[in-house]
Amino acid sequence: MSKAIELSLAAFAGLLALFMAAGAQDAVYEFHAYLFFIVAVLVAFWLIGRDVTAADPDSYMDGPVRLGVLATVFWGIVGFLVGVVAASQLAWPDLNIEPWFNFGRVRPLHTSAVVFAFGGNALLCTSFYVVQRTCRARLFGGDLAWFVFWGYQFFIVLAATGYLLGNSQSKEYAEPEWYIDLWLTIVWVAYLIVFLGTILRRKEPHIYVANWFYLSFIVTVAMLHVVNALAIPVSLTGSKSYSLFSGVQDALTQWWYGHNAVGFFLTAGFLGMMYYFVPKQAERPVYSYRLSIVHFWSLIFLYIWAGPHHLHYTALPDWAQTLGMVFSIMLWMPSWGGMINGLMTLSGAWDKIRTDPIIRMMVMALAFYGMSTFEGPMMSVKSVNALSHYTDWTIGHVHSGALGWVGMISFGAIYFLVPRLYGREKLYSLRMVNWHFWLATLGIAAYAGVMWVSGIMQGLMWREYDPEGFLVYSFAETVDAMHPFYVARTFAGVLYLAGGLVMAYNVAMTIMGRERNEQPIVTAAAQPA
Amino acid sequence: MSEKEIDSVTNVETTGHEWDGIKELNNPLPRWWVYVFYATIVFSIGYAVYYPAIPLIEGATQGISGETTRGQLHEEMAAVEAGRADMLEQIRGMEVGEIPANPELARFASAGGASAFKVYCSQCHGSGAQGAAGYPNLNDDDWLWGGSIEQIAATIRHGVRYEADGDTRWSEMPAFGRDQLLQREEILAVAHYVRSLSGLEHDRGAMDEGARVYAENCAACHGEDGLGNTDLGAPNLADALWLYGDSQQEIVSQINNPKHGVMPAWGERLGDAVVKQLAVYVHGLGGGE
Repeated sequence: MSKAIELSLAAFAGLLALFMAAGAQDAVYEFHAYLFFIVAVLVAFWLIGRDVTAADPDSYMDGPVRLGVLATVFWGIVGFLVGVVAASQLAWPDLNIEPWFNFGRVRPLHTSAVVFAFGGNALLCTSFYVVQRTCRARLFGGDLAWFVFWGYQFFIVLAATGYLLGNSQSKEYAEPEWYIDLWLTIVWVAYLIVFLGTILRRKEPHIYVANWFYLSFIVTVAMLHVVNALAIPVSLTGSKSYSLFSGVQDALTQWWYGHNAVGFFLTAGFLGMMYYFVPKQAERPVYSYRLSIVHFWSLIFLYIWAGPHHLHYTALPDWAQTLGMVFSIMLWMPSWGGMINGLMTLSGAWDKIRTDPIIRMMVMALAFYGMSTFEGPMMSVKSVNALSHYTDWTIGHVHSGALGWVGMISFGAIYFLVPRLYGREKLYSLRMVNWHFWLATLGIAAYAGVMWVSGIMQGLMWREYDPEGFLVYSFAETVDAMHPFYVARTFAGVLYLAGGLVMAYNVAMTIMGRERNEQPIVTAAAQPA
Repeated sequence: MSEKEIDSVTNVETTGHEWDGIKELNNPLPRWWVYVFYATIVFSIGYAVYYPAIPLIEGATQGISGETTRGQLHEEMAAVEAGRADMLEQIRGMEVGEIPANPELARFASAGGASAFKVYCSQCHGSGAQGAAGYPNLNDDDWLWGGSIEQIAATIRHGVRYEADGDTRWSEMPAFGRDQLLQREEILAVAHYVRSLSGLEHDRGAMDEGARVYAENCAACHGEDGLGNTDLGAPNLADALWLYGDSQQEIVSQINNPKHGVMPAWGERLGDAVVKQLAVYVHGLGGGE
């Protein structure tokens, strides 16, 4: 796009922001309108001041990837920290600081920060990196990729400040209000154009499997987000809106969205990441092309139906509960296809688990992926769900997937990318990667273990009846019994956060071009001949 | 595009594709993977035939089992109800005061009361009925509205200061300070006097004035000796139990502008039998008269 068009768009955005601020009906909306105005002004100044030299069309566009890796690390630390805060609030309720930092506001801040800010940036930057290399084509759309990156960061800031100031449309993992949803839709469509455009101009005859997964993630998340966020604003200059759906239809739409946010954001997207970085780091071919095709299409087809298992034993009709359950069970093997392909890619390179802590991280990611994609179908079985639903078991399940799979595979990709993106020969320290690996692994294991025990205990206490059918425990007694587990869970979160801080230091030092003077992980003598 | 080749480590042919150095082996689908996938599909079809599953234009297939989640709930509840029906019928048919005399019935009522207490009462009175500041302890023998089993049942049934119930327990101590019924010095003096009734530390110089104010303003409800009156819901001031605290400041505050606790009327919501069971349970906690 020409500079003139870009500048007029920024000017239009600035004007729109001023109109929004002038008519604002509530403080949050006004604050966001001014934020929008400031961003538009900054963009305009940047556009005027920058030196326009045509990029070499044969080179890769790595600017957004370089910043994206940093954003991933930054939001990761923020998300883990807020997670530790939320966990502490459950263990010690006095830490609920009214009104901005009560649990009700901190919790969506945590989930959005880890899923959308940390996970989203990881997907954004790796997808831009991977699609260029596997298509041998520069990103399509020129500055559009920059718009996607900065537009997404702006979305994160709007969402996060909205939560803390008390704005929510009360849909889990889709809390931002209507105007933030609209902004995200614009950014997401731009993302789709950049990604799809790059695939269309590829110089490779075939589309690599990682790109199938990334593309399915982008397309499906667009559909999920748009449908679930359908709402009527009370006023175009106010933040409040009402969902287009109500009652059980609203619940079903929400969990169709919520479950597939897990399926397409946290599974399909990160499988795309796995399919590039695992074979690259292991320097081995992908195990089975056929398996990648069959598990891709079966995963895509089956996942979208599994949402109703979040609504077992509710007002949802029985037939929908049944379908939600059986589609979840059929999803087991398609999910495991990704694990098999990832792990078996290491055949011929298993010794690297011992010598390469980055491979170790990726293998642990795949192990947790396999475990949580077995646990998920199991928990969707109605009789298991009758025990697990609403308990901390669910929280443990989500975290073994999020910390174990999503977190670990992203860390692996970050350690792969940073030296390459910043022109360094190698990482500052491999031993610190190893430290990160162990801190994170212990953190996850403790977290998941503690939540299993406390969740099952909680479920059993809730359903405990005496021989005459009278309830044995009051709700408050179950909360009291959970306290030690909440404390332990907080500690597990601190371990994981500590691992993240080690990574941030390692990444910063690598970018600065330092190399730590340290013993190699395995000495030459210890290696097999 | 590179040529198909044989991977030297695994002796498996590649597909001949290559992206940024990544090749793919042409391994077949793992057989166990395929069979387990088929098994889950077969199970799912069977499950969908057995339970309600396929949406139709009106309603959905009901499944050959005829089972529904609502049906299961009703069955379980009906089984429990059937087991209790006889006991509940007896409880409904008798006065609450007669229940403790029948050991089997008393045990049943107490168990049911304890269970209902956990769900409906523990939020305010505590899961051990130990109470909290502003919420009476039900384990002791200090009763605002009387500790006989009948009186306890009436309090549970109609609530305290619960406007929606015409028979609710009602009392309202005047706001002696806020409504300027007493001077500030008089309130301070009578607070000292009230503390003296239960032997708490107090200002001896204020006793004469305090006793006069007490006799004129307080004795009508709380009694000359401060022993209270359960007919009026007037607390005993001569014992060691204090709903809103025993410090001079807290007592002054209560005389100035009293707090009045509210308890919901549970009679209509829980029904006669549960109210009676609750009364048996609370009466049996140790303080019942």
